[in-house]
Amino acid sequence: MARAKLARLSDAKPGERFRITKLEIEGTMKRRLLDLGFVPGSEITVLQKSPLGDPTAYRVSYTTIALRKEESDHIYGERIGNE
Amino acid sequence: MNKKKYTVALAGNPNTGKSTLFNVLTGLRQHTGNWPGKTVIHAEGFFTYKNEEYQIIDLPGTYSLYSNSADEEVARDFIIFGKPDVTLVVLDATALERNLNLALQVLEMTDRVIVCLNLMDEARKKGMIIDTANLSKKLGVPVVPLAARNKEGIEELLETIARMVHGEIKTTPLAVSYSRAIEEKITKLLPLVKEVVGEEYPARWVALRLLDGDTSLLHALQHHRHHFFREGSAHACHCAKSI
Repeated sequence: MARAKLARLSDAKPGERFRITKLEIEGTMKRRLLDLGFVPGSEITVLQKSPLGDPTAYRVSYTTIALRKEESDHIYGERIGNE
Repeated sequence: MNKKKYTVALAGNPNTGKSTLFNVLTGLRQHTGNWPGKTVIHAEGFFTYKNEEYQIIDLPGTYSLYSNSADEEVARDFIIFGKPDVTLVVLDATALERNLNLALQVLEMTDRVIVCLNLMDEARKKGMIIDTANLSKKLGVPVVPLAARNKEGIEELLETIARMVHGEIKTTPLAVSYSRAIEEKITKLLPLVKEVVGEEYPARWVALRLLDGDTSLLHALQHHRHHFFREGSAHACHCAKSI
């Protein structure tokens, strides 16, 4: 099967899992995301969206981290379906 | 009882039980305030072990030490400029993957590190088994399993601290190796960095920060050592980038 086009983390729906391929962001925000566990290769579960749709909570290596769309928009990878 | 007081710094991710450990070690012998000029909580305490006095500083809980925030800056500056006799890195044993990031960063900065695997009781409950001896071998520093809230492992930790301050423990901290391009630049920078900062600061780590364009570190260095880097900070960054 051909490799699926990369999706944005912000497109993933609650309950879905997502494997990060790359971060298209620079500077301290990139550093920060990496420190929080958003590293290429890691698998993330979308937990839930807040009532207004933003931010969204993610499970990243056993911890819950919430990101705004302005950050999750720059994280690319594959959606790997529901758990 | 008089003489030298040893300094112990406590670093760790948020929610790893760092402050629980701090409280267990110091009891009521502690006071809190702010770091000078910063709205970051500063907690320090004292304890005595085998007739020797130790001062212990509870650094802010951080995921990293690359100064994205005032918290990280305070923690980094204390480890680099405060030169604690021992730095304890408290890790959540149930989330090692996440927590080892900070441990590796600290190992780049100092070789006087003890890794504390806290929340071992939680890890056991989750059925996790951690090969602490192997972890210690890989990291090149002592690893002490703890369950601070049950006071489990405290005695072993105190003994390890005492042995480290007396130079009875030889450490060989794991040095993260980077891509070839970066390693080549480090090799070029190292002699220059050593020339400027001498033996006082970890040269490889400073070189890495320069390559990262970390201006906040340069400002801190400038602040601590007036006679070098007078106009050099911008220049140093520029040089590092051009290499």
